Amino acid sequence: MIASSLSLLGTLGWRNLWRHPRRTLIILFAITLGVWFMVISAAMMIGLIEQQLNDTIFNLTGHAQIHHPKFRDDPAVEHSMPLPNKKLLETLDGGEVTQWSARVRLPAIVMSERESRGVTLVGIDPTREIGLSFIGNPVVEGRSLESVEDNGIVIGQRMAEKLETRIGKRIVIMLQDKTSEVADRGFRIVGLFKAELEATETAYVFTGLSTAQTLVGMANEISEISLVTRSREKLDPLVARLRKATPQFESLSWQELEPLVVTAMAVYENFIFIWYLIIFVAMAFGLTNTMLMAVFERTREIGLLQALGMRPRFIVGQVMLESLILLFLGVLLGNLIGWLTTDIILRDGVDLSAFARGTEQFKIGSTMYFIWRLEDLLTIDVLVIVLGLLASLYPAVKAARYVPVEAIAGN
Amino acid sequence: MPTVTLKSVCKTFGEGELAVNALTDVDLEINAGGFICLSGPSGSGKTTLLNMVGGLDRPSSGEITVIDKRVDLMDKGKLAEMRLHSIGFVFQAYNLIPVLTARENVEFVIQLQGMSADMRHRKASDILNEVGLDGLEERKPAELSGGQQQRVAVARALVSEPALILADEPTANLDSVTAQTLMDLLRHLNDDRGITFLIATHDKLVMSHARRLLQMQDGQIINDIQQR
Repeated sequence: MIASSLSLLGTLGWRNLWRHPRRTLIILFAITLGVWFMVISAAMMIGLIEQQLNDTIFNLTGHAQIHHPKFRDDPAVEHSMPLPNKKLLETLDGGEVTQWSARVRLPAIVMSERESRGVTLVGIDPTREIGLSFIGNPVVEGRSLESVEDNGIVIGQRMAEKLETRIGKRIVIMLQDKTSEVADRGFRIVGLFKAELEATETAYVFTGLSTAQTLVGMANEISEISLVTRSREKLDPLVARLRKATPQFESLSWQELEPLVVTAMAVYENFIFIWYLIIFVAMAFGLTNTMLMAVFERTREIGLLQALGMRPRFIVGQVMLESLILLFLGVLLGNLIGWLTTDIILRDGVDLSAFARGTEQFKIGSTMYFIWRLEDLLTIDVLVIVLGLLASLYPAVKAARYVPVEAIAGN
Repeated sequence: MPTVTLKSVCKTFGEGELAVNALTDVDLEINAGGFICLSGPSGSGKTTLLNMVGGLDRPSSGEITVIDKRVDLMDKGKLAEMRLHSIGFVFQAYNLIPVLTARENVEFVIQLQGMSADMRHRKASDILNEVGLDGLEERKPAELSGGQQQRVAVARALVSEPALILADEPTANLDSVTAQTLMDLLRHLNDDRGITFLIATHDKLVMSHARRLLQMQDGQIINDIQQR
């Protein structure tokens, strides 16, 4: 009986919708547009979060780091740590970690003939940085560092502009050594790197690990170990093992290292939900209005259905089913067009280089990528359908409450 | 046992000085298989009485029993259930669902009852054939004449074989020939199947077919005449 009635309601619902094709198409367009906009907004927001996160991770942070416990508060040379011992190496080379590297990281002053600036000197093992951080990528001008003994220096393009210098020129790095004396040394610029954020190009200069160690007298000591794993999400067990392997040092995940990014992600996630609701409310007015119009127009017909024995819950069902068909079609089309937009039309992202200075403020790179996730799509779809049905409940209940004799009379 | 019983049924529309008594202390018994016409001038209470019996409206006071069930005490759901299974309606206008074909309109009630598709199609075809609409099954109401639409409505009222059919001015929009054909059909169905008919009408042709004629005036039954 239920199946038979549902089939009847389905037939009635579908045909009723096309009694006024223009009205149906307008509300369908509105739902499709709303869903499309939600999908695009979500994809843009996820793209921004993902990009910001990747930039952060690729910007020397990695998925996790090990430091001297005081290094983060005071990244001075005395807060260094030894190279990894056997126990730590077992964890780092255990398979779960896809890449790791030891670095020296020291606050310094860089001087050219014309300018001087504060900077962080990073001593690296260039081969180990590949796939771990942006400095593992080829430089855009000159050459990359080649070994831990490389005594050249690689600086950012923007830094070169600020220092009014170029490849082949010498610059001086001045910093405090292990004995708290000032150490300085001239370096020849061998390469210029480019980063997603200009701030990164002015924040770091790179040289070989051994060269940096020698400069400040650190011998076999390092400032940090940075690593990346197969998944950035399930880090807790690994970080726990790292802590166990090096209890005297501080092992932290990227979430602990970059709490601001974690907060920004949470804010984005909440914001997008509020955004969904704003779009939905606009859409819901249209839907409720359409269904109310349909109910008012069909007052006599609804009275007739009641007279023929259609139970009030089926009257509610009929109005809701019409909404459901509209919502389902709108969601389907919205998803389809959203997918076409993000995965086909904007597959290569949107070039924001013209607004680089502005986007920099939000730690956004020069290209904005759109990424949709199945869970976001499902959230949007369920939200639109469930809230859409709730919005249709008022006209549906109104229809079911008609007194048959009054409805048939058209009152 | 009567099919319909009304005891001291009153219906008042409006309140205070604006109150209008549409029915006043109406007592009535209708036996199974009756073919009864309610006649009287406009505003005499014919349609109101019909609506009360069909559970489309509620009495202000009094008791209404249809097939052993107190209609005046039922909730909306129960009333709908009773109409679905026990009562067929034929209205003067707005009879058919415009988005459904003649066959689908006829099948509407039995589909709500949960009858299988095969059985529905067979019954709808038979009844449409019986009311002379063979070949017009797939037409929408807008593609049928007034008389054809009314016959579809009669077919829909009959298809579930209800115990009682309530008809409100069934011939009002029909020409005399079509009206005669329709009344012959209703009377034939009454004779043949024993269905009880209660018809509100102004039409003398309809009255001439009645076995029992109830004349109403000012919300009361003033004459109860047995005919052929």
